[in-house]
Amino acid sequence: MTLLTVRDLRVGFGRPGHETEVVQGVDLDLAAGETLAIVGESGSGKSVTAMSINRLVDYSGGRILGGSILLDGTTDLATASEARMQNLRGGEIGMIFQEPMTSLNPVLKIGTQIGEIFAKRRGLSGRAVRQAAIRALERVRIPDAARRLDQAPHQMSGGMLQRIMIAMAFAGEPRLLIADEPTTALDVTIQAQILALLAEMKRETGMGLIFITHDIGLVAGIADRVVVMQGGRAVESGTADDVFDRPAHDYTRHLLSAVPHFRGGRSARVNAVRSEGAKATLRVENLGVRFSVGGGFLRQAKGYVHAVEGVSFDLVPGETLGIVGESGSGKSTTARAILDLVRPTAGRVEGAEGRAVQMVFQNPNASLNPRMDVRALLSEPVIAAGRRVDTEALDRMRMLLDKVDLPQDALARYPHEFSGGQRQRICIARALMPNPRVLVLDEAVSALDVSVQAKVLDLLIDLQRDFGLAYLFVSHDMAVVERIAHRIAVIYAGRIVEIGAARSVLSDPCHPYTRKLIAAVPSIERRHVDFALDTDEVPSTLRPDGWQAPPQSWRDHGPDHRVAVEPAA
Amino acid sequence: MRIPGALLRHSAGRIGLVIIGVLTVAAVLGLLGLTPHDPLAQDRLARLQPPGGSYLMGTDLFGRDILSRLMVGVGQSFTVAFLSVGIAATVGTVLGLTAAWFGGLWDGVAMRMMDVLLAFPAILLALLIVAILEAGMATSVLAIAVVYTPIFTRVARGPALSLKTRSFVDAARTFGSSRRYILTRHLLGDLVAPLTVQFTLALAWALLTEAALSFLGLGTQPPNPSLGLMLSDSRNLMEMAPWMLIFPAAVIMLAVLGFNLLGDALRDIADPRSRRALS
Repeated sequence: MTLLTVRDLRVGFGRPGHETEVVQGVDLDLAAGETLAIVGESGSGKSVTAMSINRLVDYSGGRILGGSILLDGTTDLATASEARMQNLRGGEIGMIFQEPMTSLNPVLKIGTQIGEIFAKRRGLSGRAVRQAAIRALERVRIPDAARRLDQAPHQMSGGMLQRIMIAMAFAGEPRLLIADEPTTALDVTIQAQILALLAEMKRETGMGLIFITHDIGLVAGIADRVVVMQGGRAVESGTADDVFDRPAHDYTRHLLSAVPHFRGGRSARVNAVRSEGAKATLRVENLGVRFSVGGGFLRQAKGYVHAVEGVSFDLVPGETLGIVGESGSGKSTTARAILDLVRPTAGRVEGAEGRAVQMVFQNPNASLNPRMDVRALLSEPVIAAGRRVDTEALDRMRMLLDKVDLPQDALARYPHEFSGGQRQRICIARALMPNPRVLVLDEAVSALDVSVQAKVLDLLIDLQRDFGLAYLFVSHDMAVVERIAHRIAVIYAGRIVEIGAARSVLSDPCHPYTRKLIAAVPSIERRHVDFALDTDEVPSTLRPDGWQAPPQSWRDHGPDHRVAVEPAA
Repeated sequence: MRIPGALLRHSAGRIGLVIIGVLTVAAVLGLLGLTPHDPLAQDRLARLQPPGGSYLMGTDLFGRDILSRLMVGVGQSFTVAFLSVGIAATVGTVLGLTAAWFGGLWDGVAMRMMDVLLAFPAILLALLIVAILEAGMATSVLAIAVVYTPIFTRVARGPALSLKTRSFVDAARTFGSSRRYILTRHLLGDLVAPLTVQFTLALAWALLTEAALSFLGLGTQPPNPSLGLMLSDSRNLMEMAPWMLIFPAAVIMLAVLGFNLLGDALRDIADPRSRRALS
């Protein structure tokens, strides 16, 4: 039975009569119990399309210019009154957003926020509200639900908050759920949990699900139908198998092939440099970083977060070491400690003297001062070295701009005049100004659109060859790491648990955590494999004062592949 | 330049600019001695003359020309205001920036000192300082500077705290930029707009404080003219010679209004959210 039929939907933003058409005639069909994935990059109109269905687009300055949105083949949502829409939203049409942290009110208890919906939607009161709220949390597999109701959002992890958002959306018993990038802000293992949960909830209730994402690989496992959007148009639509196995449109083929997809180690680069006995250019031994908690002026610290504990590795010229792990695992802290952006509390870093190690940050918008033009930005390392910006320095700027594929006239322009990918190229050029031997890339492509990611990765590989650079590539994204890394270190709760040749680690993971991490990565090839719903959380690294990390013991698994042996529990 | 153009397009900014422009011209002429009459010369035959004739704004009890005295008085007041706010802005910005950057004990000590200064009403604190030192123009400058330093410290510290955590500051550290470079180029550079707004608004308050100190006999000393002294002189003659009160009071009011309009306009221009609406 058809739940939703969208025909020739057109949506515009701007002054009446002068609208910019952001969605230019989109058709969608969704049956009850089906999942429709809308895939596209930023600016493709995918979110605007979804927000038009529940008419939230009215509140962000947009207007439906034409077309119809039929619910059950009868009600046209495109022309329905606001009063009618208010009744549908949070009722028959539920929605979950990307950022669970900002979707919940931080000062109200979880129970109050869920209870409000039951009171409004089902007319419950008093004890009945609480009972319903507990059942709702149990339904999204939140353990210890009664206690959780009395907690505030900041006491919970991002994954748990997103499950609570799902519970709230289901409180209205929706027949249609719109999920707008619901897992983008979450770690990969948590993402797998949310995907599995959505799939189960759909089976239980028979609702229709619209899943919006920039990552075509992500929806491979859950979508029945796929619509690919580009520039406000649906360029391809069809059943999941048709779109994945027989893509008709060039853009779909581009998304499926050019964009990094996880292939279990088969796309990994092969390490020729290390085997020739090259000398290490960067050596990290037993690195440790601790942050005190609860301490302060004249106050004794309550304990220490052991963010990084006994991390050791080395890098040879021309080699990329990928550091993978989830948020809070200590991977970024490791990178920052090497550059002395956070002070290591233990261990040694050899080879980071002077300006030999440079860094590229995640967000190119934040790492370029918006008030400086490109020439001033690229001059910063020159001035920092106490030198003048002379013709030699300007020549190097032009050479590097050329290397990162930016036009020569870029020097006189400001960051806001460039796209996100171009801005990251400026950051890369700036990091190369002092002629470093090692580049630390901290989630350097994570903020970019998927097709831009691929281009920047190719650029990095070219630069590595041209300059003989060693890369330390920190990322949560296994598909991206697989593209660029020769070797991979998996970091978990502040410690490396597995390290070795990328192909070997990705195709034959040994440590239980690495296995879980790799199993959670969505991939087109494995799309018919079901995700198990696993609700484990990462352990805390908060330790009492004086705590000593137990020594790690290692076993070899192949020529360049070592695994930490977990003590029997 | 972009800012003066934008000020001229902003209606309140235009009015403020005209008021302050006219007063500044009068002040400069007064300080250069280019007044219609000698501001100190006493014309015994023309005491308490109403406005008119060769005395455009009348004369006071000693037959001195009010207009000439006002021009010198405005010059005096503007000098004190600009000097004191200049000192307050410099010291406050340096304190605020370093408190944000170094944090810890230095931040705690500096900000608690500023809290203590802020806890006193401005005029009371100025009175205290004048009471300790000798009354006069230099003391007024110092007193007003001390009173308004905490405001600049706060204006600088808040944004500096958030700027300091931005990636471009981390980036600058990775290629070894000096602390001074980061503080001036990345932190101070972004603070220019809020500090300019604060500077203009503080000028209005400083002008008022200076007038109040002089009114109480603790600022500029007679026979030198100043706005506060002229008001004070007019007190007992208010009914006989209202022009002695009206003109200095109007000048103070206009100057405060002018600086406030200018400050508001600068704030609108500096705020990117309203900048689009203006252009």
